[in-house]
Parts: sequence; structure tokens; C-alpha cells
Amino acid sequence: MDFATLLQIADSTIRLGTPLLLACLAGLFSERAGIFDIGLEGKMLIAAFFSAAVAFVTGSVWVGLLAGILSSVLLSALHGLASITFRGNQLISGVAINFLAAGMTVLIAQDWFRQGGRTPSLSGGARFEPITLPFATELIDVPVFGPIYHDVISGHTILVYLAFLAVPATWWVLYRTRFGLRLRAVGENPAAVDTAGVSVVGMRYAAVGICGLLCGIAGAYLATALQAGFVKDMSAGRGYIALAALIFSKWRPWYALFATMLFGFLQALALRPDLIERATSIRVQVQLLDALPYILTVIILAGFVGKAIPPRAGGEPYVKER
Amino acid sequence: MTDTPAIELKGISKAFGPVQANKDISIRVMPGTIHGIIGENGAGKSTLMSILYGFYRADRGEIFISGKKTEIPDSQAAIRAGIGMVFQHFKLVENFTVLENVILGAEEGRLLRPSLAKARKTLRQMAEEYELNVDPDALIEDLSVGHQQRVEILKALYRQADILILDEPTGVLTPAEADHLFRILDNLRSEGKTIILITHKLREIMEITDTVSVMRRGEMTATVKTAETSPEELAELMVGRKVLLRVDKKPAIPGETVLSVEDLRVTDDDGVERVKGIGFEIRRGEILGIAGVAGNGQSELMQVLGGILSGTGRVRMLGEEIALSGARSDGRSRRRKSIAHVPEDRQREGLIMEYTAWENTIFGYHDDPKWRRGPLMNNAAIVEEAEGKMQRFDVRPPNPRLAARNFSGGNQQKIVLAREIEQNPDLLLVGQPTRGVDIGAIEFIHQEIVRLRDQGAAILLVSVELDEIMSLSDRIAVMFDGRIMGFRDPAQTDERELGLLMAGIEGEPGEADWKAVDRQLEQKTAEVAAEKGH
Repeated sequence: MDFATLLQIADSTIRLGTPLLLACLAGLFSERAGIFDIGLEGKMLIAAFFSAAVAFVTGSVWVGLLAGILSSVLLSALHGLASITFRGNQLISGVAINFLAAGMTVLIAQDWFRQGGRTPSLSGGARFEPITLPFATELIDVPVFGPIYHDVISGHTILVYLAFLAVPATWWVLYRTRFGLRLRAVGENPAAVDTAGVSVVGMRYAAVGICGLLCGIAGAYLATALQAGFVKDMSAGRGYIALAALIFSKWRPWYALFATMLFGFLQALALRPDLIERATSIRVQVQLLDALPYILTVIILAGFVGKAIPPRAGGEPYVKER
Repeated sequence: MTDTPAIELKGISKAFGPVQANKDISIRVMPGTIHGIIGENGAGKSTLMSILYGFYRADRGEIFISGKKTEIPDSQAAIRAGIGMVFQHFKLVENFTVLENVILGAEEGRLLRPSLAKARKTLRQMAEEYELNVDPDALIEDLSVGHQQRVEILKALYRQADILILDEPTGVLTPAEADHLFRILDNLRSEGKTIILITHKLREIMEITDTVSVMRRGEMTATVKTAETSPEELAELMVGRKVLLRVDKKPAIPGETVLSVEDLRVTDDDGVERVKGIGFEIRRGEILGIAGVAGNGQSELMQVLGGILSGTGRVRMLGEEIALSGARSDGRSRRRKSIAHVPEDRQREGLIMEYTAWENTIFGYHDDPKWRRGPLMNNAAIVEEAEGKMQRFDVRPPNPRLAARNFSGGNQQKIVLAREIEQNPDLLLVGQPTRGVDIGAIEFIHQEIVRLRDQGAAILLVSVELDEIMSLSDRIAVMFDGRIMGFRDPAQTDERELGLLMAGIEGEPGEADWKAVDRQLEQKTAEVAAEKGH
């Protein structure tokens, strides 16, 4: 395998890992506050649709992004209402949100655009364009660093850079701010937060809101950056993969980066079966490669990868003790 | 000292539906004193304190803090009013450090760093001032219960509480830890802090409080100076009748050996050995009490003898070896060998909470032919029998058709005891018989256990209440870290000696160097905690 192909794969890894990373960080905020969220998938999907639809209609990808975030945050609020205010079962609420999103997106798409449940293709200002970082072309001749900078680091959409910046930002918020301390506490022992005079409900809604925001960006990225428009079920299980990555990363932001990039790498490999064949001289079924990220997901969720201790109050609605 | 009380409650009333939890309660607590509140479960102590800490709002009544009328709608307001609360079940985040727990909710600003630095400094000062030493960077889960409790106190003091409420603070402590706590409380009192101590232990009230209020059925029945009262008087005020505080029992007349245990070992699911090769015998007409701080293998010992856990070793019941693992080792085969078991956790292992009392009175014995009518259960006969049992054990209300959940803790325990004792077993395993049980019911339960002994049964008693072990047992074995530290005769030992054994310390500490004992205790608890972590 030559250097150029390696760079290509690294580039695809980042491209495909980004939505996973955003969704994973979204889940991290929610679950660290004690609200399990298997509705990441649905939120990404609905954001993908609304961002594409609104971007198409207005011609502005930024308005589209905003619409996507808004739709995702609304679903988050619904999850919050069910699981925080009404103390319902978080898993059931999450599943319901996934179904709701899967059905609603196609239905509305068909009603608005009549293209079989998809949005029209986006182009120009209705899509996020790759950004060329400063000096990328000038430095391309520098050995090793030049091509890496030009081919892998430069040339992504703004959302990719945003996602990568979100990792240190999440770490900082979680471990260096008052908000983060309370957020982590509320996922571990809400009674401690309550008796300290801080609102458990408020903290949890805030966390769920951030989760909605990040899922919204992830969904918008799918439809307006990675691809050009919304198609039915385009999140393709990424929400679940992000959950697996979250467990794999033990609910920590830096680990989440590595975990999601690992999944991104597997997805990137699936796009280039020829490479594997050349490298190992074994013919691997494309379907098997496609299935790899999902197989890894199952393995992780089945608990084969070490002991991951979830936030202790996760999944439990908080009821004030007498 | 001034004449203005630190706290004054006037005519506090609170009802939950038809239940009047607090009726027209008034107290005055002077600053720089320790005021005890004592009463049975459900007497309304916790409700009253919850009102003071802003968990509930009183239906009627007024609260004055240092003479000023104060509204306490939530915990934040209570904290602002200078009230700190140390709950019975600690409100700590287990995988946070001590510092993080202390600042949680009382941070200086949006960033943590300055808050942590300030807390570190304050903690150091408080450690010197009040003997409240805790490593600020330790994780809560690595600390002993005693230290966790200190963190709770530090939390309250860090929020500049002048009034400290402690709810059943010694329930989880070893005697040495409890002594240390009382020294801390004494220091706090001399610094002018006001302390309210809620407890059901008369001894603690007598030992440390200045004044004491007694609550019964939502009402405050009396407030007296501690120096002018006696445990007997307080018990009578609590229950509303004369109560026997000491167990009335004749000396044991041990007969043949019923249970003999040799080299018993139990390993838990994580591969940690919980019971590390212990041996003992119990004879007819004898109560063997197992003392120890919770979590030193007593529960596992009970469970393996009761057929719930598997273990290894040799256990003989009336000379016949019983299986400790495999298909022949379960609750049913134990019961066939006349071993009755009153589990430590009555709500999880002793009863099915959603089932009625009459159903609960036959569990474990439900395949007895006498409850059968052809292929069906003879429900009418069971209900009738249950009525009799409930009457004999004074279960209130005596209605067998009520779900177990609807009885109070003491009455639930009586249902379990009635079921097991009325089988007239040769061996009774009984764990924490009076945990969460009222003083009046405790007296009754103790009498029943002694009565069974006098009928010739052998009894193995496990309890974390040292008082109970000392008054009920004919012989005492102290467990620490899965081993028996030694056997003692209750007439020839005292709480101090047992307390040391419970902490894994053998022999008398020279010169009564309690600081050294404290240190050793901390080390031992840390060792045990570390081992559990693996």
C-alpha cells in the first residue's frame, strides 16, 4: 500500500468518522447526566432531513444547519419531557424517537418534494464546501508533512473542524467548569446534586439540549456536507455505532475521538475492498467489509472490550427521597 | 450565650393525605448545644427535619432562625439560612474526590480551579480546628464510611452552616468511629455550632446531648434536659408504655451440638474470598451472636448456611453433613433439615412485597401437604393459619389479606419471624432481626428469639448492632475480613474489646493510644476496600 492510498484512507476516515464523533459527544453529554439516549439515530436523521430540505428551499446551507439543529433539539426536548419530567423509561422514549424520525422524514419529504422520500440534490450555497487551509497548496512539496497537511488535514468542510474542536471543548467543559462538575455529578448521584441546592431537572435538560445540538450538527453534516441531499434512512445506524463508540470510550471525550475514528476507518476500508485484496491477496466479500463496523458494534455492546462502568444513575429517573 | 434560640419551630404541622406526620410541633434549640430528637420509626422525625431542610413545606407553623422568621422553600434556602444536613444515606458522588464533593453546588464561579484551591485551604483549617481529617484528593469510594461521613460534615461546614442536623449518624459506624464522631461533635459544640442529632439509640442521646425531644406518632411528647432524665424514662415516652431495655433471659443450658462448621469458605462472583475458613459449633438452647461491621463476611456466612450461596468446607447438622454447593444446596433442602432462615434483607429475601401477608406466611413451606387440597392449594386453611400466626406475633394490622408492602418494617419482620419460628426449627439463622424496627417491637422480637432458644433450638444471630449482640447472645464470635477474630463471653467482655476485634485489632492497645487505633483502623478499612476493588 503506497503513501497516497494511505492518505486517501486517512482522509475518508475523518470524513466518515466526523458524524460518529459528533453523535458520540452528543451521547456523552446526555449519558454523563444520567439520561440514556438511544435516540441519537433518530435525531441525526431528522436533522439530516430538515437541514437538506431547508437548505434546498432557502439556498443557504447555514439556514439549513439551523433548521436541522432546531428539529433535533425539539426531539431532544421530547425525550427530556418523557424521561425527565414524566420519569418514563428512557429506552422506550429513545426507540419511539427513532421510529418517529424514520417515518416522519420520509413522509414529509414525499409530501414536500415528491421524489420518493428524498430531497432534491443540493448544490452551491446549499451545501457545505470543503475549506482549503492556509498554505495547503504552498506546502504540498514539503516531504511527508506537505501531503498529509494538504490531503488529510486540509480540504474538509467547516463541520469537520468543528467536530474535532468539540473534543477538547467537551473535555474542558466536563472537567474544568462548574457546569461540567454538576453535569457529571447528576449522572452519578442526583441526590447529591439536589441536596447541594442545584436543580437536577435543570441540569438534565441542559445536557439533553446539548445532545440535541450536537446530533443536529451531525445530521446536517450527513445531508449537506458528506452527501448532497437527504435520502431515506441515511443515518444508516450511525447513531447506534456512536453509542457503541461511547461505551468503548468509557464516556470520555478523548477516547471518544479514537473510538469514532476507529469506526470511521472501518467504514473507509469498506469503500476500498481492492486495497485489502492487494495487501493480503485474499478476496474479501464487500458485504463483509460493509458489515465490519456493525460487527464491532455488536462485540463492544456485548461487553467484550473490557469493563466499562456507565454513569451510576444512568437510566434512572430521579425521584426525591423522603 | 444569648437567650435567642438558634432554631425555634412554632406549631409545625404536616399531613400526607390522611396521615398527620407532624402535629403542632414546637421546639427551641439554644446555640452551642446538642439537641437530640428521639422517636420510633414513623414518629415524624424525618419529616420534621425534611421541613427544616426545605424538602417539604409545612402546612402550618413558623420557623425562626436566630430569632428571625425564615421561609425554607428549598434546600438552597436552608443552606442560605445556615442549616447543614448529614443524611443517613450519604449524598456523595462516589467517583469524585473529596474536594469535588465539597464544592459541588457551592462553587465560587464558573471555573473549577479557584473553587478547588479555596476549598483545599478551608478544609485544611477545618481539619485542624475540629479533628476532621480527610485526604482532600481521595476518591469517596476509597474512603471508609466513617471518613465519608466526615466529608458530609465538611460539606455542611464549608457552606458555613451554623446549625448541623445529623440523621442516625452512627448506624453505619464502628464503635471507634462513633467515638471519633462524638469528639468531632463536641468540638463543633465548643465552637458555638448548634447540632440536632436524630437517633433511635438511647445510649447516644444520654452520652452527648444537652437536651432531648421525644416524638411519638407525629407529636412532640416531651422536651427534657438530658441530665435530668434516664434511658428508661425516654423509652417510655417514645413507646407510650414501660419498655424492658435489657433482654430478660435465663442463663443458657446448652445441650447436644446442632450445627458444626469447619473450614467454611465462600468466594463471591468476582473471585474475592468473603469467608476465609471459619469454624464454630452451636448447641441446643444456645444463641451464638456474630458481631462485626457490615461487609466482613457475616452476610455470606448466613447465605451459605441458608443455602443461597455456595461454599466449601464441612458443615454438619445434627451430625449429618450438608451439601454446600450443587443441586442439594438450596433453601428447600435446608428447611427439610429443620434449618429456618430469617434473612438480613427481609424486603428482598424474606418477603415478596407485592404478595399478601397470608401468602408470605407459607413461603418456603408451601409444599407442605397440610396446605394441599388435592392438586390445589388450600387457601382457606392458609389464611386461617396466617390469622393465628399474626395474632400470636402481634402483627399490626392483623389483616392477612394486606400486601406485605403495606406493613411497617417491624411488622414485616414479625411476619417473617412468625413463619420461621412457628416451624419449631432445630436451627434458626437470623440476620439483623431488628434493623429498622421500633423499640417496642424489638423487645417482642428478642423475647421470641429467647423463647425459641429455651425450647431447645440452636440460634445463629448476625447483627451489626453491638447492643443487640451483647444482650441476646450466650456466646459472641467477632468477624473481621472473613475470619473469626475470637469468641467472647458476653458477661466478660465490653463494647471496647469487641469494637477493637471488629476493627481487626487483637489484644489491648498499649496506653490506650486511640490515635494509633484510629490509624490502624483506617489502614485496615483501606485494605479491605482495596481488596473489594479487585
